[in-house]
This record gives sequence, structure tokens and C-alpha cells, in this order.
Amino acid sequence: MMPTCLALLLQGSVTREYNVFFWVMVALCGAVGTGIAAFLVYCAWHYRRRSPNELPPQISMNIPAEVTWIAVPALIFISMFAYGLKMYFDLERPPDNSEDVYVVARQWMWKTQHLGGQREIDTLHVPVGRAIRLNMISQDVIHSFFIPAFRIKQDVLPGRYTSIWFKAVVPGTYHLFCAEYCGTEHSQMIGWIYAMNPKDYQIWLQQGAAEGSLASTGEKLFHQFGCSNCHHFSGHGRGPNLRGLYMRPVQITTGQTVVADETYIRESILQSRAKIVQGFQPIMPTFQGQLSEEQVAALIAYLKAIGPAPGEEMPSGPGEEMGDYGGIRPDLSEPVAPATKPGAR
Amino acid sequence: MADPSVLALREQFRNPEQQRETSTVGMWIFLVTEVMLFGGLFTAFSVYRMSHPAGFDQGSADMEFWLGAINTAVLICSSFTMAMAVHSSETGKKSRLAVFLLLTILIGLVFLVIKFTEYYLHYHDQKLPGILFHDTSPDAAYVQMFFVFYFLMTGLHAFHMIVGEGVLCAMLIRTWLGSFSERYHTPIELAGLYWHFVDTVWVFLFAIFYIPGAHLK
Amino acid sequence: MATISIAEPPRPAPARPRLNYLTEKTGLMSWLFTTDHKRIGLLYVLSITFFFFFGGFFALLMRLHLLLPQGWLFGHETYNKLFSMHGIMMVWFFLIPSIPNTLGNFVLPMMIGAKDLAFPKLNLLSWYIFMLGGLTTLYALVRGGVDTGWTFYTPFSTSYSTTFVIAAAVGILIAGFSSILTGLNFIATVHRMRAPGLTWYRLPIFIWSTYATSLILVLATPVLAITLAMIAIERVFQVGIFDPALGGDPVLFQHMFWFYSHPAVYIMVLPAMAVVSEIIPTFSRKPIFGYKAVAFSSMAIAIIGFLVWGHHMFVAGESAYAAMTFSLLSYMVAIPSAIKVFNWTATMYKGSVQLDTPMLYAIGFVALFTIGGMTGLFLAALGIDVHVTDTYFVIAHFHYIMVGGTVMAFLGGVHYWWPKISGKMYPEFLAKLSALTVFLGFNLTFFPQFILGYMGMPRRYAAYPPEFQVLNVLSTAGASILGVGYVVPLIYLIWAWKYGERAPDNPWRTTGLEWKTPSPPPKHNFDVTPIVTWNAYDFEAQKEELQLG
Repeated sequence: MMPTCLALLLQGSVTREYNVFFWVMVALCGAVGTGIAAFLVYCAWHYRRRSPNELPPQISMNIPAEVTWIAVPALIFISMFAYGLKMYFDLERPPDNSEDVYVVARQWMWKTQHLGGQREIDTLHVPVGRAIRLNMISQDVIHSFFIPAFRIKQDVLPGRYTSIWFKAVVPGTYHLFCAEYCGTEHSQMIGWIYAMNPKDYQIWLQQGAAEGSLASTGEKLFHQFGCSNCHHFSGHGRGPNLRGLYMRPVQITTGQTVVADETYIRESILQSRAKIVQGFQPIMPTFQGQLSEEQVAALIAYLKAIGPAPGEEMPSGPGEEMGDYGGIRPDLSEPVAPATKPGAR
Repeated sequence: MADPSVLALREQFRNPEQQRETSTVGMWIFLVTEVMLFGGLFTAFSVYRMSHPAGFDQGSADMEFWLGAINTAVLICSSFTMAMAVHSSETGKKSRLAVFLLLTILIGLVFLVIKFTEYYLHYHDQKLPGILFHDTSPDAAYVQMFFVFYFLMTGLHAFHMIVGEGVLCAMLIRTWLGSFSERYHTPIELAGLYWHFVDTVWVFLFAIFYIPGAHLK
Repeated sequence: MATISIAEPPRPAPARPRLNYLTEKTGLMSWLFTTDHKRIGLLYVLSITFFFFFGGFFALLMRLHLLLPQGWLFGHETYNKLFSMHGIMMVWFFLIPSIPNTLGNFVLPMMIGAKDLAFPKLNLLSWYIFMLGGLTTLYALVRGGVDTGWTFYTPFSTSYSTTFVIAAAVGILIAGFSSILTGLNFIATVHRMRAPGLTWYRLPIFIWSTYATSLILVLATPVLAITLAMIAIERVFQVGIFDPALGGDPVLFQHMFWFYSHPAVYIMVLPAMAVVSEIIPTFSRKPIFGYKAVAFSSMAIAIIGFLVWGHHMFVAGESAYAAMTFSLLSYMVAIPSAIKVFNWTATMYKGSVQLDTPMLYAIGFVALFTIGGMTGLFLAALGIDVHVTDTYFVIAHFHYIMVGGTVMAFLGGVHYWWPKISGKMYPEFLAKLSALTVFLGFNLTFFPQFILGYMGMPRRYAAYPPEFQVLNVLSTAGASILGVGYVVPLIYLIWAWKYGERAPDNPWRTTGLEWKTPSPPPKHNFDVTPIVTWNAYDFEAQKEELQLG
């Protein structure tokens, strides 16, 4: 077990940068704090009252001093802000080749699902050197996914997805904690991150997936629950064509444009009347209560997987505005381009 | 008859002028706290309205627009009679003061009667949030959310009205007892400030609850 | 034995004057129906002392339990209730009312040459409302307590917790109205009841800081009231204001909660700064350095403090752009605090420093507030906060400010104004010893928690992995010492009330209108309203009277 202690170990890809920033701040604040403390002690001693009626010189103003001790801290604070911001923005943007993992939190356990279909409870096996993007949702209350060694934390909310990414650098076993108080066994909602060499990870992956990949589970659900009856990939359907949906701008009937992220897709499944795509009717039934969060995650993985193949452009044609799903006009007129095969992502 | 302003002078004040000014500052600060109180609810309402306009419009369409409009007119009338009451107190016209206070109280009661009638109608239409709620529109969850805010905010307002009625009754009694004169009528002024504030809050409530869905009927 | 501070020249004990505010009327009814701001201040002292030791007792129980990694004293549910009730009692029933309602109530009218606050009856009503809120919360405690944390996050508090959330929320809501009325009273008083000649720029910093606190009290507390009311309504009527299952947004609760609760921490620290700003000039025998800078800093903290609430939510699901804005503003609010620290320090420079007990507490405040404030800089940095938020790092940070800061300042203020309030002196040696005990105990309790947080120990954990044990044990050891440091003053102050040496009118030979009255003062403070022609802390102008120089 790797101790998460004060050394400059680089367990995760941001750990080193974090530690350097942190300890530079400790040094700076320590110096300032020590200086102030020393000055307080100095004044208390050197200027101690020597006679009962003594009245010292009544100096109480020094404009240059005031300006200095406003301007210098302000500049230091701006630098702290800027660097903190830079680190944060890096955390907000996962690298392009990151691997998705779906996490469902509930009182009081973590359920993780790999794209390959492997499921874990309270653990997550990851390969070192690969960025892992966590898509997380809670089934009940707010939790928070915290890996101290990798210096990351993100609250996990009910009702919408939140996301964080990390990349393990040093193989090892790292604590996973729930960091948002969630009830009686909050302190037991803990687990382990197993960062493995790529070879070991491949071996681990083999032992996993009884049911096949997450996306294939999603595909089965897509047919089982009748989604394919309305959402055709190749022709006109009563519902929008979902190919390439993920992260597309979508125009809805109120005129607003939204981005089809995980939260949007989930909402469209569970509260199908909340946002209707422009030009379509509100006829989709809601699947609230019929699908678990894990099943929703599988459907999302499936939809992400059937995006346009790399290098393949979406078919163009009249009416190819945002949200018309590859040239299929919602008034069910002739499609303008032949269907393409579902491409590998 | 002793000067009411002297009788009313509290021992922490140096003179009646200081007492009047301080009490007025106190009432204004209180009204600012009331703005923050209602403000929290207005903010939460706005957040949900922006994220779910359809449900909120539908909820607004379920309101009885004309009852709300009449109530708005009623309250504005009551503010007028209150202003007249304050004016009467400033000019020492005690019987007119009493009359206008009484009118304000009665008009305020009209408002409350109409309001509680509306509440009953909503109950009848199964729009009471919670287990009694029933709605078939596509965005029913947000229609219910609309009504949660409707009952919360108009309920809080009605509570303030009822307290205001109590304050005005107390003012009326004190008027009959001869407590006020043109030299001393601060409580009437402060009650007026409070009453106008409650009226203003209602205008905003009317705007956010009744007007948006009126065109949908 | 009781001693006056050593450098004092011997002065004749003042003849026991005619009636003072304590003796002019006696009996329980004269206290329960008093409108005298001084008596009301003492009523509050009794209330908040009770809640302090109650909340502190819970903290001690928690620390004992945390001696072992898997705990030993309590089940997890009970532990969760302990930290929740500890937080609720300490925040709303001790810290928020502590300095303003005790020392503020007592001293503010006197400092401005007034006979009482603007609305004395409202002041008494404030106390009764406070007690009603406290009793309601105690009812929740007695029925089993709440386990939501003092932060009541949804949907746990609205849809999942099976504890007495409504009673606790209502109790706090009621107490909030007490806060609002106090703030209202103070603002009106400072605006309209100052003695002739006492312009704003002649006011002691205590008044400026208390005024800034009062602004926050009246503006922020109503939002808390409405937020807690919505929690209660959600539980009672089962509607989903903040419950995603019913269409609500749990993060909206956090925004509304923190919109109050961040300014609330400035309600807790500004009065402490107010006290320290009186003590340091007195025991340096110089005016506060940079008077206008310090005065305006108080106002700046109050105003900017309303704009930073989102820094409690950096990982809660707010947008990156919101996070960026709140981070920047959080650094901005640190600037006026830094200004104050530098000015307090500069006040001592080339002064005539006397390390009596109040000064020890004040210097301790400056040191510990500086540490707490600097760790705030860490938390304001987005990239750093991601790791340390929701860990013991945050707990250490806010305890440095609230305990190392506010409680120390409160104790300093109590000792400082003790002679005026009681007419007696406290035992100086024992008091100094207690101050030192508090300082050492406090640091041993909370410094290890910074390390624990950095190492990754989350907060609100009833059990933890074994590698965190050593630091937890150190922290518990510190807590026991800290407890002693608090109990001893309780005992000697009660003793000194009756048996302490008689205090002169102005034992510290300092400026300030409150010191121009007898100790203890008469009911109406001043027989004749003073006419003020001097600045605050003007030792030079008053040196004849104070026999200085």
C-alpha cells in the first residue's frame, strides 16, 4: 500500500505539480507567518513598558507602508489565483485519448463500470499512463469521489452527471474515499484504486466481462426497450436519429440550443418530455423507474460508440442545421445521404 | 392634554426628534431585511423558471388572472387610503386618520378574502403541492414546483398582510385613545412604510405568477 | 490572589458608589424584564456560555472517539449526530451571538456616549427569541439529534435523514431572527445615537467593525431563514424543491445556504477583530495604526464577503467560470484582512507594550488568525482546493479562525472589559496561565489536522484508515489541554465576580468613553451626555486625565 505522505511522489499525473505548488505556498506563507510572529514577539519584548506612566510616540500612520502591504499581497494573491486556475482548467479538460469509466454512487458503495463491461464495487482497476475519465452519478444523495494520491475530487450528484479525469503514473494501490457526507456509513464508503502496468491490466481485463462490453449491453437495451422502433439510424423515424449525438448542439422546441452531453441524454431517457428536439412531437414515453443508473450508463456508452467513424463526415444536405441529425429532415422527407455503417469510435 | 410627543419620548433618546429619526431608520432597515427574505424566494423561483419555462408557464396559466388583477387593484387602493391616513396624522386630523385607517384595514381584508378564495380554488383543482397534487401536462413536476413557490411566496405575503392588519388595528386603537397629534405620529408613518412595502411585494408577485401564463388561456 | 497589573501606580480604591446597573434593582423579574443593554448582555453571556460548553463537550467526545481508527465510543450514527450538533450549537448558538450580543450589547452604547441602544425592548425580545430558538434546537437534540451536519445538504437532509431535521432547522431559523433584530438595533444606534461631536471618523474601530457585522446580520440572515424554511417545508409536505427525484436542484440549496453562511463567518470574525482593535492600542498605549485603512477594511470585508460563497462549492458541480470568479473574489477579500493584520502589528511597533491577559489573547489572535487566513489562501486556489476540500485541512482552517481567532478574542474581550462589567478584577496570574494553556492546547489540537487533510483524511468520518492515527491522537491530546484552558477561566471568573479585588474605573488607563464611567456603570451609563472633541485612541489629548507622559 502506497503511503500518501509528504514526499514528492508522483502517483498521479498532477500529483507532482500539485505538491510543488502546495509546498511553495507553504514556504511563502510560512515565511510571512514566521515573520509576523517574530515581529510580534520582538515588539512585545523590545517595546515592553518600562515605567508605569510612559507614553510612547503616537505614530499611527505611514502611507507608503500601507500601500506596500496592500500592493504586495495583492500581487502575490493574483499569482496564486492564476496558478490555481491553470491547474483547475487542466482538470476540467480530459485529454482526447482518455478512457471512459462510468461510476454510480449510492449509499454506501461505489459501483464502477468499464467500457469492456467489467464491473467493480468499491474498487477501480486502471492502467498506468492512460487518462481515465470518470462519468459519475448518484442514485440517492450527494457523494464525492476522492483519490488523495492523485489529488482529485469531484462531487457526485443525483440527477446529473459530473466528471473528473486522472492518469495514474506509478503502479500501486491508492485510497478511494467518499468525501461528501452522505449518511451513517459515509466513513465506510471507501475503496481502492489499483493502478496496474498495462500488461497486468490486460490480464485483469480478461477475467472481467461476462456480459460483453458496456456498449454492447447498451445496444441490447436499446432494442429491448424499443428505442430502435422510433430512433432509426438509417431512415426517417418518429424520433431523431441518434448517430453522432454525443456532444452535438441540439435545438429544442423552446428555441434554446443545448449540448447533448451525458446529462442531456440521461434526461431525454428518464424525463423524455423535458426537452423536445425542434420539429419532433412529444411522444416519447419516459423510462423513469424502468432503467437503473447502470443501464442508463450502458445506453450512453452505446450512443457514444455509434458516433460517426473517424474521418467520416456527417452526410450533408438541405436542412443540415444543428440538430437535424445528419440531414434527415424532421418532416420525414427523403434522406439526403445513404446510411453509413456504425463506425468504431 | 399632555403633548403626545413628550409622553411618548423614551428614556434612551435625548429628544423627540432623535426618537423619530431613529425609529424611521429602524423601520427602513427592517424593510431591507424583508427584501432579502423575499429575495431568496424570488431568486430560487427565477432559477427554476429559467430552467423549466414550459412547466412554469403552464402553472401560470392555471392561475385565475382576473382575481389576481383585482387583488392588485385592491391593494393599491389600500395603499392610497394608508397614504391618506398618514397625511391626516401629519395634519392632526384625528377623525379622518381613524377613518382612513379603518378603510385600509377593511380593504386589506378584501384582499385576504380573495386570496384565500383562490387558495381554495387551487385546492379544488388539485394544484396543492404534495400528495394532493394532480396534473396531466407534460411538465407536471415543474407545474408542481411553480405551485410550491406560489403557495410559499403568496403565503408569506399573506402572513405579512395579516401582521399588517394587526398593526393597523393597534394604530386605530391608539388613535381613538388620542395618542397621536401632528407633533407625534411616527408610528403611523412607520406603519405606512410597512404597508406600502407589503403592497409593492404583491405587485412583483402578481408579475411573476399571474402574468406569464395569461396568454396561454 | 488577585492582583492589578504590576506597572500600575497604587491608586486608592474607589468608594463604592451609589447604585450601579447591577444593584439598582434586584430579583429575578428585574432581570427577566430588563431593558438595560448591560443586563441583556449578561443574559446572553449565560446563554452562550451554556451552549459553548455543551458544544465543546460534544467536540471532546468526538475527539475521544477518534483516538482509535475504527472508533470505540460511539456507533457511526451517534458520531454523525455529535458532529452535526457540535456544528449547529457552536455556529448559531455560540459564535454568531458571542461577541456582538455579549460584549457588543454591553459596550457599544457606552462607547458612543449613549444611554442605551436605540430599541431596548427589541433588544430584550432578541434574547427571548434566541432562547426560544435554542430551546427548539435542544428539543431536537433531546429527541435524538440530527445527523445532517450543520450544513444540511440536500437531498440527504430533505429526503433521506430520519432525524429531527425540522426541529433543528426551525430552531436555527428562530435564532436567526434574534440576529436580525440585534443587527437592526446596532445599525440604528450607531447612525442616530452617537454623542454630540462623535463623528464617524472619531469612532473606535470596535464600532466600525460591529457596524459592518450588523450589516451582514441584517442582509444575510433572512436568506438563511428562507432556505431553512424551504427544507422544513420540503420535509413536511414532501415536495421536491431541492430533490432531483422531484425536479429540484440540490446544488441550488448549496448556493442559497452558502450565500448566508459565508458572510456568516465574517459575522463571527469581524467582532473578534473589533475587540482586538481595542485591546492592542490600549496595551501599546498608541492609537491603532492606519485608522482609516482598518475602518474601511471592516466595511470591505463585509461587502466582498457577500460575493465569495461559491468557494465552498468548487467541486460541487458549479461551472468552471463560476469557480474562477469566486476564486478571484476570495483572494480579494483576503486583502483587507491582511491590511488589518499588518496594522495591528504596526500598532505595537514603538509602543509601550504591556502583556496583560487581554493583550496575550489579542496577540494570540493575530498569530492564529494569520495562520488561519493564510490557509484560506490555499483553499481559494482552485487547483489546491480540489484535493483539500472536504478534508481535515478545511476543518483546521476554520477552527484556526473561529477558535484560534474568535474564541481567543472573545476571552480577551471578556477579560478586558471584565473590570467595567463586574467592578472587580480577575486573578491575573491564573488568567495568563489559562491564556497560555489555551494557545498551546489549541495549536496541538488543530495543527495536526492540516497535515491530516493534506494526507487525504476526509472530514465527518467516524472511522479512518490506521495511517492517520498518530495525528489524531495528537489532536485529541491537544483538545484535552484546550478544554482545561477553557474551564479554568469559567471558574475563576465566577469566583472573581464575588471575591475579586475591587476594580478602578479605568484600570488599563486607556481612552474610550466606556472607561469614563464608574466600574460597574450606573444604569444610564452617563449622567451627562458627553460632548466628544477628540479622536479615538487619542492618548495625547487625554494624557493629563490619564496621568501619562
